Parts: sequence; structure tokens; C-alpha cells
Amino acid sequence: MTENFSKLADYLRFDFVRNALIVGVLIALCSSLLGVTLVLKRFSFIGDGLSHVAFGAMSVAAVVGLTDQMALVLPVTVISAIILLSMGQGSKLKGDAAIAMISVGALAVGYLLQNVFSTSTNVSGDVCSTLFGSTSILTLSKGDVWTCIILSALVLAVFIVFYNKIFAVTFDESFSQATGIRAKAYNLLIAVVIAVIIVLAMNLVGSLLVSALIIFPALSAMRLFKSFRGVVICSAIISVFCALIGILISIVAGTPVGSTVVVTDLAVFAIFALIGVVKK
Amino acid sequence: MALLTAQNVTLGYDNTTVVEDLNFEVNSGDYLCIVGENGSGKTTLMKTILRLKNSLSGKIFTGEGLRQNEIGYLPQQTEVQRDFPASVWEIVLSGCLNKCGIRPFYSKKEKMLARENMERMGIAHLEKRCYRELSGGQQQRVLLARALCATSKMLLLDEPVAGLDPKATAELYEVIDKLNKEYGITVIMISHDISAAVKYASHILHISHKPLFFGKTEDYVKSHIGQAFTQGGQGV
Repeated sequence: MTENFSKLADYLRFDFVRNALIVGVLIALCSSLLGVTLVLKRFSFIGDGLSHVAFGAMSVAAVVGLTDQMALVLPVTVISAIILLSMGQGSKLKGDAAIAMISVGALAVGYLLQNVFSTSTNVSGDVCSTLFGSTSILTLSKGDVWTCIILSALVLAVFIVFYNKIFAVTFDESFSQATGIRAKAYNLLIAVVIAVIIVLAMNLVGSLLVSALIIFPALSAMRLFKSFRGVVICSAIISVFCALIGILISIVAGTPVGSTVVVTDLAVFAIFALIGVVKK
Repeated sequence: MALLTAQNVTLGYDNTTVVEDLNFEVNSGDYLCIVGENGSGKTTLMKTILRLKNSLSGKIFTGEGLRQNEIGYLPQQTEVQRDFPASVWEIVLSGCLNKCGIRPFYSKKEKMLARENMERMGIAHLEKRCYRELSGGQQQRVLLARALCATSKMLLLDEPVAGLDPKATAELYEVIDKLNKEYGITVIMISHDISAAVKYASHILHISHKPLFFGKTEDYVKSHIGQAFTQGGQGV
């Protein structure tokens, strides 16, 4: 045990470890906030679909040879979010089918592109690390860290300023709209913020596991808390805690970061679900 | 000038017409019940009044200084709400949101309004309780209190007693009646419950793809259609 702690202390002296912790915590915080809305609005799968779109966009960026992949991935994901959301509302192609189609389509296109046009010798390694985020969190540049800090601050600010409106639109869209709240505009805002969060979170857990980061803390918190504010605050705390523990464990034990964080989230969910059952 | 006027309104989806040639007026203090069978266009009409949908032709407009966003609405419960983790206080307060404009947070005045309306509805003691743990009747009162935060003039209720037991149903009707009589709030209600509609409403609008009757309740009861529906259609 003490050996592990000294090992940890050693690691914490490195810049890249500290960067990973800062970015990890920020991403976890942001992704948990809107998770509650996503789960309650039955939008969980949109998160999943968008993460696959982001994977596809990242492959395209890699093939074209963009140095700043974010410049392509972020706008593509945001636009897909807007399209997915407007599809869900009364169009012929039903929401869940549209999401499934876009998400697997983007996945296939992404893998195909990486495979055919790849310049690297280790294609499956590259794909694996984009899908499961195995190393990217530990190889962040100064620029990546700053991008992450600024985007997280933006997400937080938007969430706090529009908190009451997000609540109203999540709870009852038709009432809000009838009383003059522009529900459609807020839905759009929610979708855009989610897209930003997903692109950010891909760094931490990779695109396949992103939706876990978004929905697990919200689901855990909903087992125990009974007010919207309680659920939001609790899921933020759970998410940050799990990200920290997950990253630290993965450093000490040498496990992949993304899946370790998600498994920690899963464990917390199991504990909360159990407490929820016992309390009843 | 009436509070709400419908002129030659036709409602429907895409190419299908649901109701044609609707003409009616709602004046301040009225209690209008919209009755008719399932699929006769009642909910579509309500959505159009709330501007959640556009009419195919004709127009519905507000008057006497009633602004569009001052219509309080009690929707039918959705799937999302049944297991929504929110306290009663959070939900009632969210009714004040249209008074905030671009201000992100609630002011003292709005919090007072929310408290006042909770007392009016007799749910002040439930303030911290979780919405999903309340009984059906209590949930409807919470949503009514929220609607009252959004309006002091007109309430639209979409089958407010659906799924309630007889006691809660009777209590809710009394509460709505009190809002209409004592506080002078104009009520428009969609109802399946024709006996209650005849008992409480001042006006009846009976639609079945076209308007069959619009007028005072006492005339409705005497009319041919009214008699057929009130006797044959008990509990329809």
C-alpha cells in the first residue's frame, strides 16, 4: 500500500499526470451536469450516436492530415447534434432509428478511412486508442489542456445561466413553450453543449465509452436524490470522484484510463442502486 | 372584444382535417368545457390555442390585454414526468419562468408568487416532497399551482381528472371551480366527464370533427345533441 502511495507521489511530479488529472476532472464535471437532462429527456442514445460521429470526424481529420483535429471534429459533431435533435421531432424517420443509422454509419466510415488511407504502421492500435481513449489523456499538449479548460468553463457558465430554463424544458416542454419559453431553442442549446462535451470527453474515455461518462453519474444520483438540484449536484460529485479515482488507479495499476474510469462509475452506480433498494 | 376568439378555424395534420369551421368566443370569467369523443380534435384545438400548433385556416386570437404567454396550461401527464426527480417547490417555481425574461434566476417576488399559489392549492406542506412520490390528485394540484404562477387570467386544462380516483376527482373539480368563481380566472377545460362538465361549466363546446354545439350550458342540456350525449353518453 505505502509502496503504491510513493509510486503515486512520484508520478504526480510529472506535468503530464497533473494535466491528465485537471482535464479529467473538468471533463467529468461537465459531462455529468447535462447527463441528468439527457437521461430524463430519454436522449441517452443521442450521446452514444454523437460520440460515433465524432470518431468518424476524427478519422477524416487524421486522413486529411489536419494538425488541429478539434477544428473539424467539433463543428461536425455540433451539426450532427442539431440534425439528430430535429429528426426526433415528428419527422418520418423516427429518432432512435435515425440515431442508430448515423452512429453505426459514422463508425464504419471512420474505420474504413483509417484503414485505407492510414500512414501509420499500427492501424488497429490507432483505432483502438480513439475508440477507448487508451493514451490520449496522458499525451495532452499545453494547447489541449487550455482548450479543455476554456470549453469546460463555457459549458459550466451556460449550464448555470440557463439552469432554470433547462429544468423547465426538461420537465415539461409543452408547458414551457405554451408560456412563452422558447423550448426549441433551448433543446438546440442542450444539443450543442452535449456535442461539445462529447468531443471533450473523447480525450478521457474514448468515443465508445463517452455516453457512460454522461449517463452513469446521473443514473446513480437519481437512485437516491429527490430534487432536480440534488440530483445535479450529486451526479457532479460522483462523476468528479470517479474520474479522479479511476485515473489514479490506472496510473498505479497500469490499466487503461477510460475503461478504469467507467468501471469506477459502474461500481458507484451499483452501490447507489443497492442503497436505493435498501432504503425503500 | 373577448378574451379569446376563434374565427372559422380549421385544424388538422398535414393533409387530414380534424375539425372544421370552429367559431367561438371566451369572455373573462367564463368556464368553458370542450367535450366530444376521442379523436374529435379536442387536444388539437387546445394545442392551437396555446400556439403549439398552427391552424390550417382561420385564426384564434387573444384580446382584452391577454398576452399569448399569459395562458396557464395543465397538460396531460407525460411519461417523462412520472419518474422525474424534482421537488414540488422546483416545479411550482418553474411556472414563474415567463416572468423572468432574460434574467437567469428567480427574484423574491417570483418566489413569493410560487409560495402563494402553493397555499391556494393546499400543497404548501408538500414543498420539499418529491413529485413522483405524490398521489395523482396531489400531482395535479402541483401542476395547477405552476400554471397559476404563469397566469392570473386564463387556465387551459387538458383532461385534468384522467386517472384520478373519485374522491380526488371531486376535490379537483371543487378547486378548479373555486379558481373560476372566487379568483375570476377564466377556465377552458377538455373533458370526457360530461356530467361534471354540465355541473360546473358556464359554456359548452361540443365538437366531433365539426362543431355540434357552442353556447351556454343550460341551453346545451335542453338541446337535442346535449340530451343525447348527457343521457346516452354518461362517462364516455
